[in-house]
Amino acid sequence: MHPTPRDSEPSAPVIEVQGLVAHYGEREILHGVSFAALRGEIMVVMGGSGSGKSTLLRHLLGLERPTSGSIRLLGQEITQMSELELYELSRRIGVAFQGGALFSSMSVGENVMLPLREHTRLDRETMRIMMRLKLEVVNLAGFEHLMPAELSGGMVKRAAFARAIIMDPAILFCDEPSAGLDPVVSSALDELILRLRDALGTTIVVVTHELESAFRIADRITVLDRGEILVVGSVAQVRESPNPRIQNLLHRRFEEEEIDADAYLARLTGEGARRA
Amino acid sequence: MAPPGSPSPSLRALEDLGRATLRAIASLGFGAQLLLDSIAWIALGRRRGQAVHAAPVFSEMMQIGVRALPIVSLLAATVGVMLSIQGIYQLRRFGAEDQVVIGVAFGMTREFAPLITGILVAGRSGSALAARLATMTISQEVDALRVMGINPVRFLVVPSLLAMLLVLPALVVWADLVSLLVAGAYVSSELGMTLQAFVLQTLDLLTAADVMHGVWKSLFFAVLVALIGIVDGAAVSGGAEGVGRVTTNSVVHGITAIVLTDMLFVFATTR
Repeated sequence: MHPTPRDSEPSAPVIEVQGLVAHYGEREILHGVSFAALRGEIMVVMGGSGSGKSTLLRHLLGLERPTSGSIRLLGQEITQMSELELYELSRRIGVAFQGGALFSSMSVGENVMLPLREHTRLDRETMRIMMRLKLEVVNLAGFEHLMPAELSGGMVKRAAFARAIIMDPAILFCDEPSAGLDPVVSSALDELILRLRDALGTTIVVVTHELESAFRIADRITVLDRGEILVVGSVAQVRESPNPRIQNLLHRRFEEEEIDADAYLARLTGEGARRA
Repeated sequence: MAPPGSPSPSLRALEDLGRATLRAIASLGFGAQLLLDSIAWIALGRRRGQAVHAAPVFSEMMQIGVRALPIVSLLAATVGVMLSIQGIYQLRRFGAEDQVVIGVAFGMTREFAPLITGILVAGRSGSALAARLATMTISQEVDALRVMGINPVRFLVVPSLLAMLLVLPALVVWADLVSLLVAGAYVSSELGMTLQAFVLQTLDLLTAADVMHGVWKSLFFAVLVALIGIVDGAAVSGGAEGVGRVTTNSVVHGITAIVLTDMLFVFATTR
């Protein structure tokens, strides 16, 4: 395993992002994003659609390479890592994707066991026991033989959680855990996230646009808006922030962009329409 | 669609052509890279801690090969009979009907068996591969593999590629056998010769090189069908509609590539 010197220091940031600039094609999506997440905390990255939160997550996962800036996970700089080094690191990172991303050709149990099968030399019976343990944690005991298509939306997400934690990761990323779920199921998932943190001491990063869920589970919140971080702070700090853009987000006010008369005229007459 | 103030239509057409060409070249490059990557994973996978597993290769072989046997047999038999009918009809003008064996034997082994099998596998399995990869890309399953530290080329591409390489030549040899036997049955009943005579004559005429000509070609087809399915599938954008589009693309691209490659192969080896 790779040495991770900062790993042992309790208060060292587990995730450290500095000056992250990211482009999608020609368009700059993230304009110098910086934040850090500490060991064992639940950090919620909150933002509306188009805020760049999905882009930020893809960079944190090493799925995209940034234009500039640095990302350190568990003390290791990932932006310059080779593919194989990333694979090595990813054994200590779990991800629960928005739609679950379970492999449809495998049963729930096989899905959950897949990382073990690929990365360990455990015998099959041990893997089965570990898989059932994790299914117990997410309240899916007894569902190992079902196929993903036979599960409800909430169950798919819980199975995805079980797969994400099968290797006992140091960091768990959750993409929109409550999206597409009814309030009861979604609050059950919030409980699950809290329980995972308490049980495993995992650092959890939740990317969401759901205010209620964010306030319920967060130790700290990072508010992302149009590719910039508006605030990083506790739930109370975010709630009391004087920043009008944050208040707009909190009160679900649609923010009208200021109208520049010249630009408006240009758009209407077609000049610059191609740019828009 | 064209926004006002955009360049003239002819300039736009040129621009589109340029863009399409660039895309095509990019796809070719991606395909070549996938092939090299696949070879690297087959050779070095175990050392990198990511061995290529045998089980998915076998299940792919089952799907691509064994399940295709009935339809391959049907088409091979049909083409064999068709060639016999056409051959007898043409040769009757010279009173040389009994020479039809030459046409059928060479035509099937060198040309029609690999071509028909290749096209069939492109339509049956190349498209399935594209659809599967596209669906997996859209539902973030490919991302999930990568964040689990599992290389998608090793996990998804290599098994399909290997299965295709192992199965397509076998299917071609099977198609040779079926078509020649069925054609033999037809010719012998039509010309009043025995099936035994047909078989002996065929064995006498055919050399291993003729059969291998078809088998070698099918190896090229196998690589093409697998890579095109994967490259097209990975290029998916949009939801279910996008999956349908790339699936269709993979069939069209696959068949075109097979026919063109066939011609180039024949041109290079047979003149």
